[in-house]
Amino acid sequence: MLTLNNVEVIYDGVILVLKGVSIVCPEGKITTLLGANGAGKTTTLKAISGLLRSERGDITKGSVELAGTRIDHMRPHQIVQRGVVQVFEGRRVFEHLTAEENLIAGAHTVPDRKRITERMERVYQYFPRLKERRYQQSGYLSGGEQQMLVIGRALMSEPRVILLDEPSLGLAPMLVEEIFQIVQRLNREQKLTVLLVEQNAALALTIADHGYVMENGRIVLEGAASALRENADIKEFYLGLTEVGARKSYRDVKHYKRRKRWLN
Amino acid sequence: MLEALDLQFTILLLSNGVMIGLMYSLIALGFVLVYKATDAVNFAQGEFVMIAGFVAVGALTVAGIPLWLSILAALVAMVGFGFALERVMLRKLIGRPIIAVVMATIGLAAILRGLGPFGIFQGTRPLPLPLRDEPFILGPLFIPPIQLLGGIVSLVFLAGFGYFFLKSRKGVAMRAVADNQQVAMAMGIDVERYFGLAWAMTGVVSALGGVLWGNMLGVDVNLALVGFKVFPVVILGGLDSIPGAIIGGLIVGLVENLAAGYIDPYVGGGTKDFAPYVLMILALMIRPYGIFGKRIIERV
Ligand SMILES: Nc1ncnc2c1ncn2[C@@H]1O[C@H](COP(=O)(O)OP(=O)(O)O)[C@@H](O)[C@H]1O
Ligand SMILES: [Mg+2]
Repeated sequence: MLTLNNVEVIYDGVILVLKGVSIVCPEGKITTLLGANGAGKTTTLKAISGLLRSERGDITKGSVELAGTRIDHMRPHQIVQRGVVQVFEGRRVFEHLTAEENLIAGAHTVPDRKRITERMERVYQYFPRLKERRYQQSGYLSGGEQQMLVIGRALMSEPRVILLDEPSLGLAPMLVEEIFQIVQRLNREQKLTVLLVEQNAALALTIADHGYVMENGRIVLEGAASALRENADIKEFYLGLTEVGARKSYRDVKHYKRRKRWLN
Repeated sequence: MLEALDLQFTILLLSNGVMIGLMYSLIALGFVLVYKATDAVNFAQGEFVMIAGFVAVGALTVAGIPLWLSILAALVAMVGFGFALERVMLRKLIGRPIIAVVMATIGLAAILRGLGPFGIFQGTRPLPLPLRDEPFILGPLFIPPIQLLGGIVSLVFLAGFGYFFLKSRKGVAMRAVADNQQVAMAMGIDVERYFGLAWAMTGVVSALGGVLWGNMLGVDVNLALVGFKVFPVVILGGLDSIPGAIIGGLIVGLVENLAAGYIDPYVGGGTKDFAPYVLMILALMIRPYGIFGKRIIERV
């Protein structure tokens, strides 16, 4: 189980971005963190993976625990060794390396060569398309293949927890669905714990067990995914549906701020 | 008869150019490794070579240690120096504008040139290697033994480093660091360790260069001037490319020798030292990322 207790994050010593965030990711479950652009979702993931420091960010309050052990002051490679790995948004492959070299780099913390080969075969089972493209320079793969590659690369470190940052961003709906199905299978078959960050709430809530909504560096709503799917505000704001079922855009929901009923 | 002599002369210039060129490639490799892995531009590469020469000759003639141990001492000292430098100075500069690193290594070069001879010895000293004096004659080729040794050592190490980068897991990790530091970190790669490794590898090639060039030129502060050959080599080949360092080195070696052989007699000498730079500037105008340098991949 991965837990964030009241985490506060400050960038550059002055910019307060996370204002006391508490999240629980139970083992073997998919937890989703929803929120608009700039809410602090990526920062939350970096606070877990130890990657804040390279951006002059700092956890100034609270703690991050993995199975009861504090990991918030560990260095990124120690956190990966403990089984927590982050997949960045934007499909950041090592573009001058081949697909297979990307996977090898992902297995950096695994000492045993044999385990790496087995692991690679497993990744190729989940993403057969990567096997076809294994010797191609990854910078030239298609967007969908790159998204599969970054997830596959993260799996190479034999994680217990995977942190996925907006895997649907900029991909065609069919591809997104395919990737989400694979994530779901990984969760069921490999008992992989998932923290899924998304702006696409509708889709995220269909595969998640539990969800959190973040706004301005705070968690403003949480609940079982099924309950969140039925929540009127989520429907209206994140799913873009009004009561009558017509599509609505972000701009139309003007009274949204006044009405944040979950805050009262 | 005259034509035969002419051909002989050209072949001599070319074989000289190839051997010397390979030795440039080796030193340039140090520069490329550091640039590739850490984004740092090392303007002290020539001074590294000089320091290695001082350590080897100092161990040999001042401390009276046997030759092979002196060479080993230079290797160990330069690897240690590379690691220490990364740790103490360059790690602090990570994430700062590239000009900070450039200025720091230029400053370092000046300091090394000033301090290098300090307390070891003054003046120029030879670095004798157990090689015969007469050149090897292979058909039309006339190769001085030190050049042959230099060429072979360079080839062996260039191949070795090439293999390391392409085939080993550490090599892949190092290329991953070169590609994207933050993502490498997220994959559990201890980026700073690989920065140290890159500087240590620079130490290795500098030590080899120091011994080879030290033997050819003698060891004093001027040994650092070898570093000036690095810039045309890496600009021609591409700052971040190992095959580029090899090709660039060969080009510079050849151009230099041909210029010395064919142009110097008409202008009274000196073209050898600037001809590669003419080529470098042309290259910058035509192909800024070098022959093999990586382009930013843009997808549409
Ligand atoms: N390295 C940084 N330095 C300063 N501010 C940052 C940095 N990274 C993110 N921020 C700020 O933190 C806020 C949250 O960003 P982020 O976590 O990326 O949001 P999200 O992923 O939800 O879109 C934004 O206002 C952003 O401008
Ligand atoms: Mg984000």
